[in-house]
Formats: sequence, structure tokens, C-alpha cells
Amino acid sequence: MLETLTRGFRNARNRLQGKTTLTEDNIASALRDVRVSLLEADVELGVTRAFLARVKERAIGEVVHLKATRDGHGIAAGTRVTPAQHFIRICHEELVRLLGEEEPQLDLSGDPAIIMMVGLQGSGKTTTAGKLAHRLKEEGRRPMLVAADIYRPAAVDQLVTLGERLDVPVFSIKGMDPVTLCETAVGHARDLGRDVVIFDTAGRLAIDDALMAELERIVERTRPQEILFVADAMIGQDAVRTAAEFDRRLSFTGFVLTKFDGDARGGAALSIRAVTGKPVKFLGMGEGLDKLDDFRPEGLADRILGMGDVVGLMKDFEKVVDKETAEQDAVKMLQGRFTYDDFLKQIGMIQKLGSLRSIFEKLPGMGELMEQLPPEAFDDRELLKVRAMIQSMTKQERREPDILDPSRMERIARGSGRPYEEVEALQERFRDVRKMMGQLGQSGMFGGIPGLGGGRAARRAAARRGPVDPMSALGEAFPGLPGVGPDAPAGRPALSPEEKKALARKRREQRRARRKGRKRK
Amino acid sequence: MQEWLLLEIAGAGAALVAVGAGVAALRRRRARLALAAEEAEAPAGDAAAADAGRPGGLAAVFFRGLARSREAFARGLAAWGGGADEEALQALEDALISADIGARASASIIDAVRRDLRRARDRDPREVLRAQMLQRLGEPAPLARVETPPLVVLVVGVNGSGKTTTIGKLAARYRREGRTVLLAAADTFRAGAIEQLKVWGERAGVPVVAHAAGADPAAVAHDAVAAARARGIDVVICDTAGRLQAARPLMDELGKLIRVIRRQVPEAPHEVLLVLDATIGQNALAQARAFKEVAGVTGVVLTKLDGTARGGVVVAVREETGLPVKLVGLGEGLEDLRDFDPEAFVDALLGDGGEDAGMRSAGPGATVAP
Ligand SMILES: Nc1nc2c(ncn2[C@@H]2O[C@H](COP(=O)(O)OP(=O)(O)OP(=O)(O)O)[C@@H](O)[C@H]2O)c(=O)[nH]1
Ligand SMILES: Nc1nc2c(ncn2[C@@H]2O[C@H](COP(=O)(O)OP(=O)(O)OP(=O)(O)O)[C@@H](O)[C@H]2O)c(=O)[nH]1
Ligand SMILES: [Mg+2]
Ligand SMILES: [Mg+2]
Repeated sequence: MLETLTRGFRNARNRLQGKTTLTEDNIASALRDVRVSLLEADVELGVTRAFLARVKERAIGEVVHLKATRDGHGIAAGTRVTPAQHFIRICHEELVRLLGEEEPQLDLSGDPAIIMMVGLQGSGKTTTAGKLAHRLKEEGRRPMLVAADIYRPAAVDQLVTLGERLDVPVFSIKGMDPVTLCETAVGHARDLGRDVVIFDTAGRLAIDDALMAELERIVERTRPQEILFVADAMIGQDAVRTAAEFDRRLSFTGFVLTKFDGDARGGAALSIRAVTGKPVKFLGMGEGLDKLDDFRPEGLADRILGMGDVVGLMKDFEKVVDKETAEQDAVKMLQGRFTYDDFLKQIGMIQKLGSLRSIFEKLPGMGELMEQLPPEAFDDRELLKVRAMIQSMTKQERREPDILDPSRMERIARGSGRPYEEVEALQERFRDVRKMMGQLGQSGMFGGIPGLGGGRAARRAAARRGPVDPMSALGEAFPGLPGVGPDAPAGRPALSPEEKKALARKRREQRRARRKGRKRK
Repeated sequence: MQEWLLLEIAGAGAALVAVGAGVAALRRRRARLALAAEEAEAPAGDAAAADAGRPGGLAAVFFRGLARSREAFARGLAAWGGGADEEALQALEDALISADIGARASASIIDAVRRDLRRARDRDPREVLRAQMLQRLGEPAPLARVETPPLVVLVVGVNGSGKTTTIGKLAARYRREGRTVLLAAADTFRAGAIEQLKVWGERAGVPVVAHAAGADPAAVAHDAVAAARARGIDVVICDTAGRLQAARPLMDELGKLIRVIRRQVPEAPHEVLLVLDATIGQNALAQARAFKEVAGVTGVVLTKLDGTARGGVVVAVREETGLPVKLVGLGEGLEDLRDFDPEAFVDALLGDGGEDAGMRSAGPGATVAP
């Protein structure tokens, strides 16, 4: 999580830095990043591979225009474009293209039109049937629901309850088999003057031959205009196998992804689309019957790619960073000489950029953290309080934060009108950030900064300690942060052998560079 | 210094300040939660007495529809050139990913396998992989037991994962063991949820405490626990509405339900089962973390293993959160619930042996031909 954050920043620099033509070599590691990101979004492995091969083919040899020729991805026409931005744009565009750009529509040409819901157990068929009835009714249609799930306990009760809520009739006959039931329902709808019929079928496994055959018979007898495969947005690698089998037997007309109101990245959308070629028709956004969204490829592509918008964020920073003092500030921060003045500057930057939430949203891998944070974490008024406290400090206190003692903090609390505990908490937080910045400085992540390391002795000491792992540094500074720190195995990806080799090489080079630097002095 | 580097540092600084604000808020919240839960946090006591005996036929069920991952593993092993063969390791890693173990967990497992194979070149790669997975899955964990009834079991999870069905099966199982059971219909939200639980109550032959649809779930749970105490019932199993872990108000509601139960039985719920659908992908990790924090989950039930999905993400769940899988669901019938058997699970995942793979004791050193 935080590791993804730091990695994101590092990537924005490292990957493809300064290259103008995309080559096999310079996109290799970026491709690896995208691969992991897609797999973590539950895009199926084979689909991931095919996608990467496609993007790679398209990207290689492309010459990067250093001036953006059009708006997009938070990059205004005329601004500078880096190869990294360019590459991510290709990934994004390709994803949007694969997800389908056409406006999905329901075919309601029949008399009555028939929509059939199919899918695995618990995927959301019954709820989605209710949502569709609601939507069609809003559009002036006269829908009827058909309770064709005769297996699951209380499935009929569930649909009847939804029908009552919507004031839409629900057709069900106790003891009748689903095939006859659906057939009968269609005739009944005609008699009643209902113009759309929605079959809610029982959940079933794609390998359950008898139950799949039942669906085939319903299709044969009633010829639905729409057969919608309903899948849970959280589904993993199995999405491909299941969707392919449902499609093979029923040739569905499109699919719906439910439970998209959660934080699942929904990679299944890409998987299902890729193996069946069928369009995503709707997204389920909650349990309420009005919670059905039209599908927008752009938004979904962002979510699946999940690379955050570091590039956009860096552009934003470019606007608010104080260019005059940037270098001096950076060195100071990374040496751990971070002061309350710097803290204030950072807060000012955050405020200029927009809300805390908008920054979080642009940071890669922050979804998880965001979901665990209480609402007050995104309360921008907190920043105002902090500002008030810092402004109640004397100049000396701001420059030398360590002189703060209880009596000074008492005074600051009085001066800013905040409780003493808040001042104390601020001091603690300040120390966390300072410590972390210092450790990032020593980690070599920002290698090559002149003046860093604070002299030869400190450098030697740092060398003895070995490189600081920025992630465990973050963990130490923010104890209790899930997924971070020395005790968080999954928070840190295992390095591949090539990466380990590369790291060792880099460290050797750094050591050599440091030695050279010393000789010159 | 280059401009981009300065930007990056400034960006990192601002991001840290922003994240710091979030974490400070999180800490405050945790402190509040800890305070609220303090007295109720008594250890669950006598969760001993394991369910002995291994389940039968589990591997047989795993085997349905397993062809693909089995093929993948077979490919990986067939390509083996001895020692840490990179190509073969890559194929195995792919197979792990295809079983939803996750890109990171898979890479870490394969790294460990590579390391082990370097150490002992003549070891069977399958055995090495199998041992790594078993180590990560940990020992089988039995369901909690209590000396003074009622034993309170709370069942939680996202929408449609199989909570209500699992409760029906679990009730039947406790009944078979000769214990009295009471169900609490604390999903008062979803249409037809109460009726559904009542059907399962009838099937299992156990009473159900229910209020009207839309009632306060905590009140239902309260009444059920009170009734169980009054009538001397052994086990109370409480159903809850499905909720996505990102829905904070719903998660808070779960916290309230638990507090209400604890007012009557301070050490309850003795068992909090998180129900995960075997088709689930990497989101299961976020679910496990969130439900563990809010509801103090004690174990996982992996449902719908009778399908083609393998539920491999539980390996990562166990590693990251320590939560063991306790039960598996293998169908929609009353009897389709089994204890989790890590060996059978791994064997099925690796496509090992034949129909009786789960029953064979493949001790250390035993090699199985691919
Ligand atoms: N949060 C959320 N929950 C949903 C959504 N769609 C459905 N659900 C919930 O998911 C659960 C299962 O939905 P159902 O409609 O019963 O699923 P089903 O496919 O009919 O299930 P079976 O008939 O048992 O196969 C219920 O708790 C629904 O309220 C959605 O878009 N968001
Ligand atoms: N094949 C199979 N289906 C299962 C299994 N467990 C549950 N189901 C089915 O999955 C669907 C959802 O199960 P429920 O028990 O209603 O799930 P839930 O978690 O209570 O759902 P909500 O209360 O709506 O959140 C139903 O159709 C069940 O029959 C299983 O082990 N195998
Ligand atoms: Mg249904
Ligand atoms: Mg339920």
C-alpha cells in the first residue's frame, strides 16, 4: 500500500525516463508493473498476457511526442509528455477499446420482449432482475417478473417482495418446472398486456450439465431477445471458464457485473469481455433497486488498470511547488532536517492541490488504505486546525521543533484554541513524517542528491547499516498501519532474481560513485 | 538537481503529510474501539477438542472441473529439467495465479520453492511446492467449543457468499452431534432473507428466532441469545445481512450487533465465521482484513468449492491475516459441509493423484509421479 505509493513515485521517475522511442527494453519493467496490477485486479492470466502482448506490439517503436497534441488523462494539450505517460496512455486506450466503446442497449423488440437472467449462485440475478424491472418501468414499459428459480429456499419470496416494492407483477406457479413456467409466463404476459418479461433463473454451476440443459430448453422454447450473464465483480480467475461455458451453451447477449459499489477492481469485466466478445451492459452499484448504472468503459478502465494517477499528480505538483526553494527544501527534508515551516508548506501545497481525498485518489494503491481510514481522515478542516496550531508557534519553535516542551505546547494550545492533546498529537505526527523523510533519504531511493548523507562519517554509518528498506521505515514510523512494516510479509513483493541482481548492481555502482566522490574532495 | 526529482520529493513529502493525517485519524479510531471493546475482550477460553477424523470424499468433489489447473501443473512439472528449472518454475507460478492465489503470494511461494530446490537438488519439485503451500495454510483449526452453553456463532461476509446456506448446513451438523441449536434471523434487510433461513431451520429441524423484515438486527440477536439461555440451548447461530466491507455504516452496524450479544454473554461470539465464495479473487484479502478488524473473525468458510473455482486466495488470506479456513461448502444440500483439510485442498489444487488423493497420507519424503 504505502509501498505502492513510494514505488509509484519512483516509477514515475525511473521508468522510461528521458526516452523518446519505446523499445522492448525500456518498456519491459513497465509492462511487468502493469501485469501485476492487472492480476491484482483479477484479470485472468491468459487475458492479461494477451493484453500485454497487444500493448507491447503497439507501443514498441512508437515515437513519443514530447508535446501533447490533445487533451487527455489530465494532460492538457501543449504540456510536456514523458514516455511513461505515453505508455500508460496506450495501456488505458487499449483497455477502453477492449472493454467496448459502443453504447450498450437492450433489445426490446419482442412481443413481449424477453430478458433472461443467468449466472452462478449468489451473483445477483434476482436483485438485477428487480433493478431492470424498475428501470423499464421508469421508461414507461410494463414489465413482468418470472420466478423461475424453484430450487433455492425462498427464492420466490425474494422476487415477490421485490415485485411488491416495485408494484410489478411476479409470475410464479408452485410445482411447475422452470421450462414450462417460462413458456406459460410469456403467454400470460401477452394476455395481461405486459410488454417485457424478465426470467429470474436459479443460480447454477457451469459444469452442472442437467441445470445448464434446463436453461438451453428455456432458450429454445421462448427465444429471449436478451440473455444476461450476471457475474459478481469480485470474481477471480474462474470468470473466464464460467463465462465461456455459459456462453457456449446459451450464447448470452451481454453481461452485468454486480456489487461494483465495493472496492473490487473488477478485472473480470475485461476477462469476460475478452473470452466471449459480449458487451458489458450494466453495473450493479448497490442493493437498492435503483442502483443500476450504465457501463462506461473509461471509468472501468481506470479502475482495472489501477495505476493511480501519479502522472497527473506530478503535473499538479508542478503547479504548486515553490521552484525557488524546491532544491533546498528537498535536501533538507531528506536529511531529516524537516521543520514546521516545511510542514506548513506541505499543507499549503495540499490545500492548493485540492482536497485530501483527491490526493489520496490519485495515489496508486491507496484504495485499500482509504477504505480503512475513518471519514475524519479526509476532513480538510483538520488541515486548518493544524495550520492554526503551527501558526501559534514562535519562529524558533517552527525552526527547531525539538524544543517543544509541555509548557510550550500548553501555550500553543491556548493560542490556537485547540486542546492540548491535539498539539501533542501534531508533534507526534510531525516526528513521524520527519523520521520517514529522513529514512527515505538514506534509503538511496533518491540517490544522487548532492549534500545528502551529512558527511563521510554518516555515510559510512549508513553503509554499515545497509540500505534502509523504505517500507519498514514507513512501518516503524506509522505503527499499526496494515500491510506496512517489517512484520508485513505481503506488503512487500518478493523480488525476482533479475530484480535482485539489478538491485545488487545498483548498490555496487552507488558505492563506487560514493568512493569516487570522496576522492575528488 | 533535476526538476522531476524535486517534484518527486516534494510530492512524496506532501503525500506523507496527507497519509500521516489519515493514519493519525485511524489511530484515534482504533484507540476508541479498543476502549469500547476492552472488557469484552476476554479470551475465548476453551476452544479445544478438535473434530477428529478426516472428511471423506472431499478430494473427489475437488476433482470435478479441475482439469485446467491440473493441466497447468502437469505442464510445469513435465517441463522439469531438474534443480531449479526456471521455465518449469514459471509454469508453476502461472498455475498458482490461475488458482487465485494472487500474483504476489504466488511469486513468494515460487521463490521459496526455488530456494528449497537449490538446497536439495534431488527433491521432487511437487513435494517441495506442496510442503510450501501446506506450511502457509497452517494446521487445521477446529470450531470453538464452550463449557457453559450457549456457544454463539456469528456468520458474516459480503453479499451472496453463502452465509445463510452455510448456517443451515452447520445447524444440521450440530444436530447430528446431538446438540440443540437455535438460529437467529438477523438479516432483516434483504428481501426474503428471513423466509430463507426459516426454510433451512425446518430442514435442519431447529427453531429460528425472527422479527419482522426491517427490524433491528441487534434486537434479533439479543432475543435469540436470551432465548437460548432461558431454554438451555447449546448453540446459537446468528445470520447477518451480506455487506461489502467498504460500506462503513453497515460494518459499524455489525460492531453494534456484537456489543449487544456481549452484554449477555461477555465472551461471545465464540466463533465468527467469514464466508468466502470460492470464485472470489483478490478482494478476499480486503474482506478478511476489514471483517477481522470490525467483527473479530475467527475463521473462514470457503463455499461453492463444488464448482470450478479453487479458492486459492485463502492461502494469501491465511498468510496475511492468520485466519484459518475451518469449513468448506461443497453444494447446496444440507450435508454439503466439511471440515477443511489442508492436504486434500492442496492436492486438489495441484491436481495430485486420483480420486482418493485427499485420503492418502503423503508424508515427508513420499514422492508422487506427475
Ligand atoms: N452491494 C451490492 N449487493 C448486491 C448487488 N447486487 C446484488 N446484491 C446482493 O447480493 C446478494 C445476492 O443477490 P441475489 O440477487 O439474491 O443473487 P442471485 O444471483 O439471485 O442468487 P441465487 O438466486 O442464490 O443464485 C444479495 O444480498 C443482494 O442484495 C450490488 O450491485 N451491490
Ligand atoms: N454450489 C454451491 N452453492 C452454494 C454453496 N453455498 C451456498 N450456495 C448458493 O449460493 C447462493 C447464495 O447463498 P446464500 O446462503 O443465500 O448467501 P448469503 O451469503 O446468505 O447471501 P446474502 O444474505 O444475500 O448476502 C444460493 O443460491 C446458495 O444455494 C455451495 O457450497 N455450493
Ligand atoms: Mg436468485
Ligand atoms: Mg443470507
